[in-house]
Amino acid sequence: MAKVTIDGIEVEVADGTTILNAARQIGGEVVPPAMCYYSSLKDTGGKCRVCLVKVTQGSAKDPRPMPKLVASCRTPVMDGMVVQNITSQEVLEARKGVVEFLLINHPLDCPICDQAGECDLQNLAYEHGAAKTRYEEDRRTFEKIDIGDKIKLHMTRCILCYRCTFVADQLTNERVHGVINRGDASEISTYIEKAVDNEFSGNMIDVCPVGALTDKTFRFKSRVWFTKPLDAHRNCDKCCGKVVLWTKGDDVLRVSARKDQYGEVKEYICNECRYDHKNMNDWTIEGPRHIDKHSVISQNHYEKIDMQKLKLDIERQIQFQKGKQLPETNQSPA
Amino acid sequence: MARLLEHINVPGINTFDVYRKHGGYKSVEKALKTMTPDEVTEEVKKSGLRGRGGAGFPAGMKWSFLDRKSDKPRYLVCNADESEPGTFKDRYLMEKIPHVLIEGMITSSYALGAKTSYIYVRGEYMYIIRILEKAIEEARANGFLGKNILGTDYSLELYVQPGGGAYICGEETALLESLEGKRGNPRLKPPFPAVAGLYASPTVVNNVETISAVCSIVNESGDEYAKIGVGKSTGTKLISASGHINKPGVYEIELGLPVEEFIYSDQYCGGIWKGRKLKAVVAGGSSVPILPAELILKTAKGEPRLMSYESLSDGGFATGTMLGSGGFIVMDETACIVRNLWTFTRFYHHESCGQCSPCREGTGWMEKVLHRIEHGHGHMEDIDLLVDVAKKIEGNTICPLGDAAAWPVASAIRHFREEFEYHVKYPEKVKNPKHFELEPFRSEKVLAGV
Ligand SMILES: Cc1cc2nc3c(=O)[nH]c(=O)nc-3n(C[C@H](O)[C@H](O)[C@H](O)COP(=O)(O)O)c2cc1C
Ligand code: SF4
Ligand code: SF4
Ligand code: FES
Repeated sequence: MAKVTIDGIEVEVADGTTILNAARQIGGEVVPPAMCYYSSLKDTGGKCRVCLVKVTQGSAKDPRPMPKLVASCRTPVMDGMVVQNITSQEVLEARKGVVEFLLINHPLDCPICDQAGECDLQNLAYEHGAAKTRYEEDRRTFEKIDIGDKIKLHMTRCILCYRCTFVADQLTNERVHGVINRGDASEISTYIEKAVDNEFSGNMIDVCPVGALTDKTFRFKSRVWFTKPLDAHRNCDKCCGKVVLWTKGDDVLRVSARKDQYGEVKEYICNECRYDHKNMNDWTIEGPRHIDKHSVISQNHYEKIDMQKLKLDIERQIQFQKGKQLPETNQSPA
Repeated sequence: MARLLEHINVPGINTFDVYRKHGGYKSVEKALKTMTPDEVTEEVKKSGLRGRGGAGFPAGMKWSFLDRKSDKPRYLVCNADESEPGTFKDRYLMEKIPHVLIEGMITSSYALGAKTSYIYVRGEYMYIIRILEKAIEEARANGFLGKNILGTDYSLELYVQPGGGAYICGEETALLESLEGKRGNPRLKPPFPAVAGLYASPTVVNNVETISAVCSIVNESGDEYAKIGVGKSTGTKLISASGHINKPGVYEIELGLPVEEFIYSDQYCGGIWKGRKLKAVVAGGSSVPILPAELILKTAKGEPRLMSYESLSDGGFATGTMLGSGGFIVMDETACIVRNLWTFTRFYHHESCGQCSPCREGTGWMEKVLHRIEHGHGHMEDIDLLVDVAKKIEGNTICPLGDAAAWPVASAIRHFREEFEYHVKYPEKVKNPKHFELEPFRSEKVLAGV
């Protein structure tokens, strides 16, 4: 076990845990955002750089600070490590920079994007983005293409997190897509004329943090916040069969896997569940899906407060505010 | 001490026989027959030899980090991907005297316990790949490669691999990915190659010149090698000199040579061409900070600047630079710093692998802004914007290409801000691409000194 302090809050985690996952065990504001890391896909992370944090003390044994900001999603904790996330001005500045980089070539076509309302980039920009752009050059654009008959690739919106390529490597038996070209000309692409077509390919849509990969059977059907999400399951011999039905009245507009608190799918679903059962009668309905109250999708949906969780939140907040008073966590950037 | 280029002008030195007659392959004989692998490593440590690929990391120390306890095979990989603008020394060495690299590879592989080694050559250097392959064949025919070299129980296979055609494949972990047949994306570190490199096995990656230097270190001892140079900059270094000088080319210098002597003496660059004045120098390949004439000849403390790792970086990035890979680019008073910077930035934009957001997006952004300024469409705010974008790339990326793209921008504006402002103020005057050739930019600061 290793003891690590993040923004003044101490937590004890298993050896080998990353800083990001240690922060997630604390929860709340000290959790760095993550656009490329995905806990249920091996080797993801390290690319987008929004999760950068400052390590002010490497470990109890070697207390030297790390010379650069590090990607918290790929840096394992050491016993006695001290980390600053939102208590470091340097981290917030760098993160603001990364968000700006992610946005300069993004089309910002949210009003016509199916992902709007459940888009990680929107959330990130809302929290860390600037109100005005400093970018006056032309934005990069690509043609929209169909990869298979169920998935639309809108490369212009892609942030090159590489998650979908890991889905292809790890969930499907034959990888037919990847990244071609380099630098800002990089694009997700299939091998010439190959369609992405196998049992689990639809999960690419769920792992995509933005609207670059969308479900063609749902395109332009409805804004997500006008739909009613229900937890449901069916007996499936290919996958867990546990899904979310995005409904309007009695119609099932879309079926997706279940995303957790950090927007990550832990149990992937097969394409049959996703595309071929758009009928309420095919499913056992468990009840309304809990949607985080910060999400736009939860507007007008009232929920009873979980007193236990509220108590934990308040306790953490008190601890965090105390931590902020510590002189070393209140440094301005060097 | 024998120099790398000592026999460069001997006719036929590119063939095994002539090379052997001039003392070639002695280090292999000496190492394999009279020394243990650890003794060879010890000599390299004593020599103080530092990596010649750019970062200047002590070679002996890198070798000692190699995980020798692992039960996986160990590899030595030579980085011959040389793609840094302004650097062309490895090409010269491999083309003229290929056996010195082959000899260095055998001796070094022995020291590291590698049974298979690779030379990863820049894809565009196709003719060099043929030269090296021929040299390997000759060495093998003479018993220096293959099974039981010189009758000892040491065996080695050596392969040449054509590179992927990208600058980023010179970054050591991207190189290893490429060598494994994958897309040349740099890896996240740790783990470092010394622990998990090629095929997840312990690996040392060294530059062509670093490996070649091992021959004379073994022949004449590490202590002998360390006598050349100053302080922690030992031995000789190949410098690729280019730009507005009378005698561009590859020179082997003793580290510690004064920069002024290197630029002006007839033995080396032979002074600035056309009798013009020196304006600026990029001393270590396009990635390192540019310095104006007065700071490249003398440090901020007023001491003469030397061609050494320490002296060139004296003053940090505020008033210093780096030796880097030794790509010495000289600019006279007619050079346009903005145009030159735009060219460099265009290169980094084109070569970014695109894995991490700051480098992928930031390099393109800087290039576009510089393009505007250079062509007379800039605003005053653009200058600070560039500084800010460079700052947000630097240190926040997976590999040092991000830094390499940011440093030239930050340093050019640090030392030549007036010139950027001039481009914004007088858009008409900079419309002609040769603007400063017609009338050099005059600034007290820039032209003072020489
Ligand atoms: C973008 C990039 C390109 C590089 N290109 C080269 C190269 O072409 N040749 C080289 O020897 N080192 C290059 N390097 C440095 C290598 O990563 C590595 O440090 C070097 O090969 C180690 O050898 P050395 O210790 O002998 O210098 C490059 C580094 C970066 C970040
Ligand atoms: S398409 Fe989506 S999941 Fe794939 S790399 Fe782009 S943003 Fe990431
Ligand atoms: S810094 Fe640039 S070249 Fe290096 S990994 Fe990131 S995107 Fe690729
Ligand atoms: S989430 Fe850590 S770098 Fe992207």
